[in-house]
Amino acid sequence: MIRLLVLLTALLLAVPAKARDQLVIGVTQYPVTLHPGIESMLAKTYVLAMTRRPLTAYDPDWTLVCMLCERLPTIENKLAVPERTADGRQGVALTYTLRADARWGDGTPVSTEDVLFTWEVGRHPQSGIANAELYRRILKIEARDARSFTLHLDRLTFDYNALNDFALLPAHVERPRFAAAPAEYRNRTAYDQDSGNPGLYNGPFRITQAVQGSHIVLEPNVHWQGQKPAFRRIVVRSVENTPALEANLLSGGVDMIPGELGLPLDQAIAFARRNDPRFAVVFKPGLVYEHIDANLSVPLLADRRLRQALMFATDREAISKQLFDGRQPVAHSSVNPLDGVHAADVPKYSFDPARAARLLDEAGWKRDGAVRRNAGGEPLILELGTTAGNRTRELVAQVLQAQWRKVGIELRIRTEPPRVFFGSTMTQRRFANLAMYAWYSAPESVPRSTLHSTQIPAEANGWAGQNYPGYVSERMDRLLDAIEVELDRPRRVELWRQLQHLYAEELPALPLFFRADTFILPKGLTGITPTGHQDPSSLWVETWRWD
Amino acid sequence: MGLILGRLGQSLAVLLAMSFVIYGLMGLMPGDPIDLMIAADPHLSAADAVRLKALYGLDRPWTERYLRWLARIAQGELGYSRLFARPVLDALGPALANTALLMFCALALALTLALPLGVAASRRPGGGLDHAANLLAFVSVSVPTFWLGLMLVAVFAVWLGWLPAGGMHGLAEDDGGPVDRLRHLALPVATLGIAGCGQYLRQMRAAMLAEAGHDYVRTARAKGCGPVRVLLGHQLRNALIPVTTIVALEIGGLFSGALIAETVFAWPGMGRLIYEAVMGNDFNLALSGLLLATAMTLAGSILADLAYAWLDPRVRSL
Repeated sequence: MIRLLVLLTALLLAVPAKARDQLVIGVTQYPVTLHPGIESMLAKTYVLAMTRRPLTAYDPDWTLVCMLCERLPTIENKLAVPERTADGRQGVALTYTLRADARWGDGTPVSTEDVLFTWEVGRHPQSGIANAELYRRILKIEARDARSFTLHLDRLTFDYNALNDFALLPAHVERPRFAAAPAEYRNRTAYDQDSGNPGLYNGPFRITQAVQGSHIVLEPNVHWQGQKPAFRRIVVRSVENTPALEANLLSGGVDMIPGELGLPLDQAIAFARRNDPRFAVVFKPGLVYEHIDANLSVPLLADRRLRQALMFATDREAISKQLFDGRQPVAHSSVNPLDGVHAADVPKYSFDPARAARLLDEAGWKRDGAVRRNAGGEPLILELGTTAGNRTRELVAQVLQAQWRKVGIELRIRTEPPRVFFGSTMTQRRFANLAMYAWYSAPESVPRSTLHSTQIPAEANGWAGQNYPGYVSERMDRLLDAIEVELDRPRRVELWRQLQHLYAEELPALPLFFRADTFILPKGLTGITPTGHQDPSSLWVETWRWD
Repeated sequence: MGLILGRLGQSLAVLLAMSFVIYGLMGLMPGDPIDLMIAADPHLSAADAVRLKALYGLDRPWTERYLRWLARIAQGELGYSRLFARPVLDALGPALANTALLMFCALALALTLALPLGVAASRRPGGGLDHAANLLAFVSVSVPTFWLGLMLVAVFAVWLGWLPAGGMHGLAEDDGGPVDRLRHLALPVATLGIAGCGQYLRQMRAAMLAEAGHDYVRTARAKGCGPVRVLLGHQLRNALIPVTTIVALEIGGLFSGALIAETVFAWPGMGRLIYEAVMGNDFNLALSGLLLATAMTLAGSILADLAYAWLDPRVRSL
């Protein structure tokens, strides 16, 4: 009996050997659907990037490249031809040719039939496709042959040839499911009901198993014609609790944690400080823009001097250094310095409490004890709302409270669950004074939805738009309109420069930091290049190798 | 029989009332998943938001949606899970099985630890074993589950490297087999077992001490019964009545899962599923999950009544 117990214990405690041709990736989220167009979720984007290729994408150098097409259409190479739409607007016709070697995982060639089917699904109002903007902008698609097609867009913008959001669907698998009942398609898609079907994937890997809430198994797509992947098997395991995720990494339960869905920065910094020789920690600042929206409909904050005073009273360099180990660069506008249109000469608000005090005095807020008061005796009290449970933001809010107190501003912090904060407080502009959160964008993404005066959410427009501060500026509107249609890059860069200057002067939002993603990679694993933008590093999974 | 039928009728009324309350609470929560989607992706336009809300019925008053849901349920149709794009039963089934496995193993461990210790501790109140049992019970009820789980992971998975830190099974192609399953069960079961044993231990000890003062125990001793026979043959049977009632009530609650332990150990069970469904406004899945958990709790309550009647003849005769 004792021997049996000893044997059983030994069996239980025996650590299985690890296979070098298998990679286990730990992430904090499990994708609720695997359909590329339904729902918008980072975990899904990360996993599907290993199994599917978009027509175009931004590469790790932030350059737009063809992935499933042969050549980017441009006006110079005559594959993009400006044209007038039926209603007289300036449109454009773009001709793409699909790669000759592009195959779905069951061997079926990727064809123009898939393009036409995807467009049909994308613009169907009941298909459940989340981001249908691009599909609505496409006026017509002409199939020239099995691989070439011409697509007519309703407007000519500077990024006219970017089809990153065109999530190609395999017509030979999905059409019967869609045709039977378009309104039921979202419940019947093979991506969720038959996710192991190889015909759904055209990337270097295909999904072979999806265990709801637990993990997804990927194996090489035998019909992939590009660089051969080094791994025979990749498993993406979901561990929502970040201390548990770290424990899984340390105990060998997972091999790596990607920055896109990894540890929060403070935990990652603590991990990096421990200098575990088994891992390399890579910090990659990206396009996630942490900032504070000011509610400009409130008279107090409509005064630009007060907003500028808040900036001068904030020691962002010290916050970055002390809370984030200097890993999160300070933002001076909404445009990231890594972006090609960033203006280096944008005005900067360095920490200057004396200047903040002068501006507050000028604005009529005089020091009276600990808190400043206006002529009517009202104290200068501001409320800052942010998301509960986000440790980084909660820490920043507390530091701001301490820093602003020194110039006579009392800050009250209000935290709400993300669902409430984004679900009603922001979307219906219910925040009292200030709101701290982040925007996630693409390289050279025009901030129309957040800065244009037509994008202010209100009951009258069904709370549409994301200009939550309520910022109205004719000059900003003109700049946004001009940038979108300016094809000449130097002229566009100049317009961007003007936009950033205007933003820094008028401060519709107070810039804080650009968030850094942290990749924790096992030593010897090479080829993973953090991008810092919305196209994840897993889009180049075939280049990942063990040394 | 009358008792059971009466309790079943009451249970149905409770389920109906619960469905209304749960639906109402979910419907009244500010915001919805489409708003969250928009906040996360500035490319989603206002037109997309309006279209998606209409598509998922989120633009209708919750009372109207509730009545439609009730009509469908009356026809035996649970509908589709909006989040997981599959029939509700397909989403619930695996999570329920995972939860049942985890929670029953944890309950078994808790009882295995608590009952003998409670009996042993009651033999000499104030003795060394009693103090040790009280300490264990105190630790069990006061240590937060997430902390205990993380500590066990830190020691047995990270430091010693003996057991996996999370998941239901290994990620090898052969699925690991039963030994691998046991390895993955070890830490979550230990966490929940230790966290759960305190209340049973205290109940068992208190019930044993209460029985020790009764006349029938003195009579048994006077008739010459040995201490072990008095303890196990007379005292224990009566002391088990309140403990069994609590365990039967707990069994129903087991099916609603353990959100914190499931999150720490990446265990895909009912707790996480229901939480995600509620936060994601997946009414069909959340309602079915919560009502299933409620039904199981009510069934546990009926089971407790039956067990009580079985153990105590006085109840049977009422």
